Amino acid sequence: MSPQINLEEQFQAKIDAEIKIEPKDWMPDAYRKTLIRQISQHAHSEIVGMLPEGNWLTRAPSLKRKATLLAKVQDEAGHGLYLYSAVETLGISRLQTIEDLLSGKAKYSSIFNYPTLTWADMGAIGWLVDGAAIMNQVPLCRTSYGPYARAMVRVCKEESFHQRQGYEIMMTLMNGSAEQKEMAQDAMNRWWWPAIMMFGPTDSESSNTEQSVKWKIKRHTNDELRQKFIDATVPQAEYIGLTIPDKDLKWNEAKGAYDFGAINWDEFWNVVKGNGPCNKQRLEARQNAHNNGAWVREAASAYAEKRAKRSVTAEVA
Amino acid sequence: MNIALHNDTQVALSNYVLQLADTNLILAQRICEWCGHGPVLEQDIALSNIGLDLLGQTRSLYQYAAELLDEDKSEDDLAYLRSERQFKNLLLVEQPNGDFGYTIVRQFLYETFQQLLLTELKKSSNTQLAAIAEKSLIETNYHYKWSAEWVIRLGDGTEESKSRIQKSINEIWTYSGEMFIPCAAEQLLASISIIPDVAALKEAWMRKVKTVLDEATLTMPENMYMQQGGKTGVHTEHLGYILAEMQYLQRQYPRQQW
Ligand SMILES: [Fe+2]
Ligand SMILES: [Fe+2]
Ligand SMILES: [Fe+2]
Repeated sequence: MSPQINLEEQFQAKIDAEIKIEPKDWMPDAYRKTLIRQISQHAHSEIVGMLPEGNWLTRAPSLKRKATLLAKVQDEAGHGLYLYSAVETLGISRLQTIEDLLSGKAKYSSIFNYPTLTWADMGAIGWLVDGAAIMNQVPLCRTSYGPYARAMVRVCKEESFHQRQGYEIMMTLMNGSAEQKEMAQDAMNRWWWPAIMMFGPTDSESSNTEQSVKWKIKRHTNDELRQKFIDATVPQAEYIGLTIPDKDLKWNEAKGAYDFGAINWDEFWNVVKGNGPCNKQRLEARQNAHNNGAWVREAASAYAEKRAKRSVTAEVA
Repeated sequence: MNIALHNDTQVALSNYVLQLADTNLILAQRICEWCGHGPVLEQDIALSNIGLDLLGQTRSLYQYAAELLDEDKSEDDLAYLRSERQFKNLLLVEQPNGDFGYTIVRQFLYETFQQLLLTELKKSSNTQLAAIAEKSLIETNYHYKWSAEWVIRLGDGTEESKSRIQKSINEIWTYSGEMFIPCAAEQLLASISIIPDVAALKEAWMRKVKTVLDEATLTMPENMYMQQGGKTGVHTEHLGYILAEMQYLQRQYPRQQW
């Protein structure tokens, strides 16, 4: 038996025994690469995800909503930070990870390539998008890589808060005027399908699922999570009088779950490929922030260097 | 406003509280524009933190102003249903964000003033104003420190950062004098010791600003003409756009719950 095979066996044995893999532990190259890809995509999603909601900060309809939205978007920045740090434990610097986003090499969740057109979109995003994220992320709190799992524990607590706030915005609108109800239903119509696409391609089309499940990076398949999300969300929509924009949606007694209509995978792949309504704007916004901030980052490091030098000189003197 | 206020003092007090609230709100509104666009993630978060503090202060102040006005108005009525000529914020805070350095200078000049003002206000004989000042001062101390550190970092950073921030200082300076020119409400309230004389804060402000600019190897502008008008509702052209954007939902769908 070659030493390499031995290491891989020991690694899988640890995974099977639910022992967390830590940064200094040996791990297969493919495991490391899968994690780098997945965690950095997740980090980018948090950061790009700030933009559609940030779009409504200056127009929030009350001071309380403005403050809550600002706090929410700020939480997403914090999530991005934890996740970039988790990527760093795998040997890739934050700058490198960010450059991969800016060059278009790395992906982020396609949901953020849809525009936020009305205030109700703040409700729909919090409720549906953060809701779908929670479905995806709660199992990640037990993912096999230690730093990722620990980051997810912190993230999930805040995400469930976001989901409640989003639902509360929708509920308030549904208790309001005819125009407000219409606004809420319109947001529901536009965000429902993109939200259920957030779980990714159907299992038969998903190239990464099987290995990721074996490594316990993933614990459920895309289709399992999508079904769970639909089953949890439909009653919430009904409770506040919103209609799910799917005429094929119906409760299947035998399955104990909802049947739902066909997903438009053409649209999904198009948005992934860059043809969504806001792909270009989102990436440009991140590129501009990065480029316009270059002089600030340079100044900060030049100043830090000067200070370090001065304190050395002071010690010598 | 067609309301029966009890006396001149109360009118002056409500105007003054609105002036403080409006100033914080408009600055918070500007800071919101940065969210998601900051030069580095940690500073994006720091700016949002400051924005959140300012919004919190704004809400306490509007709630108090609503009590003083005694006409059954909410904090949101005061923020969303008054127009350009009724807003009393300082001209300084309505100036567009510019680059990160411009935003830093705007914040630094304002927070240095706020620190001096709130230190006095927390001793006010008006207990509500004193309580709001005391709570706000803790936050202001942090905002001051953060912005002063960035002035120093950018001033004493690279050639480029030094020239950029010096240019921002020179441009924004003309809006710094208004803080120390008391309006009628401030004069009345200072005469009965409810608030400090803002003119008397100028010397300490100049000293504090100079100390930081010196450390930052930057130059303090001298003898510049000072713009004023914010406190009496005569603003720069920027404010109309800020309000149009901020107030549009409340204006388009009046009297709704959000
Ligand atoms: Fe998040
Ligand atoms: Fe997330
Ligand atoms: Fe979230």
